Amino acid sequence: MRHKICLLLLVCAAIAHAQDPNLARNLAATCANCHGTNGKSIGDNKSLAGEPKEKILRKLQEFRSGEKPSSIMQQIANGYTDAQLELIASYFAERK
Amino acid sequence: MLNRRDFLKTAGLAAAGAMAVSGCATTGRNGARGHIVVVGGGFGGATAAKYLRMWSNAGVDVTLVERNAEFVSCPMSNLVIGGYRQMSDITVSYANLRDRHGVRLLRDEVTAIDAAAQKIRLAKNGELKYDRLILSPGIDFMIGAVGGLEGNLETIPHAWKAGPQTALLRQQLEAMPDGGIFAMHIPKAPFRCPPGPYERACMVASYLKMHKPRSKVLVLDANGEIQSKKALFTKAFETHYKGILEYLPNNELRSVDAKTRTAMLDFENVKANVLNVIPPQRAGQVTSMLDVPLINDRWVDVDWLTMEAKGVERVHVLGDALFPAPTMPKSGHMANQQAKVAAAAILNLLAGEPPNGEPVVMNTCYSYVDPKAVVHVASVHQYDATKNTFLPVKGAGGLSPAANELEAKYAASWAKNIWADMLA
Repeated sequence: MRHKICLLLLVCAAIAHAQDPNLARNLAATCANCHGTNGKSIGDNKSLAGEPKEKILRKLQEFRSGEKPSSIMQQIANGYTDAQLELIASYFAERK
Repeated sequence: MLNRRDFLKTAGLAAAGAMAVSGCATTGRNGARGHIVVVGGGFGGATAAKYLRMWSNAGVDVTLVERNAEFVSCPMSNLVIGGYRQMSDITVSYANLRDRHGVRLLRDEVTAIDAAAQKIRLAKNGELKYDRLILSPGIDFMIGAVGGLEGNLETIPHAWKAGPQTALLRQQLEAMPDGGIFAMHIPKAPFRCPPGPYERACMVASYLKMHKPRSKVLVLDANGEIQSKKALFTKAFETHYKGILEYLPNNELRSVDAKTRTAMLDFENVKANVLNVIPPQRAGQVTSMLDVPLINDRWVDVDWLTMEAKGVERVHVLGDALFPAPTMPKSGHMANQQAKVAAAAILNLLAGEPPNGEPVVMNTCYSYVDPKAVVHVASVHQYDATKNTFLPVKGAGGLSPAANELEAKYAASWAKNIWADMLA
């Protein structure tokens, strides 16, 4: 039992060490050039701030598959992993 | 020269000023404290200054040293040359960085860097201590590489740093008689903004087609082929600008004669009415104040996880001044992305935490082939821990299938949003 707890702590420590606590924020910031700081666009590109996470994720998946036609978003969405897209969608959903 | 006591006094004043700015600020979420000096208020430096303040909840103090009074954007400046935008459309104030984000603005220039003592000397404001220094100097020109160009940039403008040079080239184009020759020279890669010269050729040809149709654009390229969006620009040259624009690869400029506006190439001389020479480029001169060799004597080598210059502790370098990671372009968009990697890493390091081990950067670049039709190139670059560099993601990124009007809308929106991302 004690060994198991030690192992669990070790695994947790390893995960905590591996992932930056601000990873979602950092990833979402790569979208800001077109979609505005924190997802608040002032141009014709869509604002992402405050959009439901599921909606953002669904759109990204549709861009990726080509189901939703796009000029550039398929090419960009293909550059991120599923886990990264999930973090990005969560971050924008939490912006007001 | 400042003696030690003067220096301590200056440093003390700087610290007091910094405290006044941050006195009522809450500690950053991750507890980062310290003073970061950013040199250069372009796409990299301005973004870094804003994000350092924003992401630390004003927990760190930031001073931005910039020699110009206002930001003038290189992206969209070719539209000014073509007559489709005004200088005021591509000019943005630095005031929001100060008023909204509490960035201390110094209109000044760096004259010396003492990385061991963590201080820089400024031409007007004495010495400045830093915990971290960010250099985002962009490019400087190797004017001496083109004989006869030195001292003649008013007659033969480059317009490759946006500002008075942009307005000057526009004036020269407007003053050119119908039937005249606009010749431009593109240096060997690498240079700032790979598609930029070809977009410029399109904008100039578009203006001439409409207003001075007997004129010619000669695109003299030192490279063997178009350096970015090749098929898309080739199509624009051959369809939109057939008979007006001539593209001549493998034409390296040796020297110019400013009096007659003549370009001396390897095999021929070209006399022009307007001569636009984009000179070969290197990292901004301030990087020569770091005690490290530049790659090919031109570009700064960095640790991509932190953007810290190799061989100099606590000094981070961004943007066009860098020796890039594979396929990474020298673009304002990329400098903005690198600035966020640096800001995140610096805040972690100042809080005693390791930098984010898995950063991502991406690039989007729109080019106008005519005033209403745009083409893009995009890429996503993930950090590869085994190779210690950013690598482009295979199967991601790409080009527009063809020039189109929808992307002209997105290009204008991109400009608005990226300028706001840096400066609003």
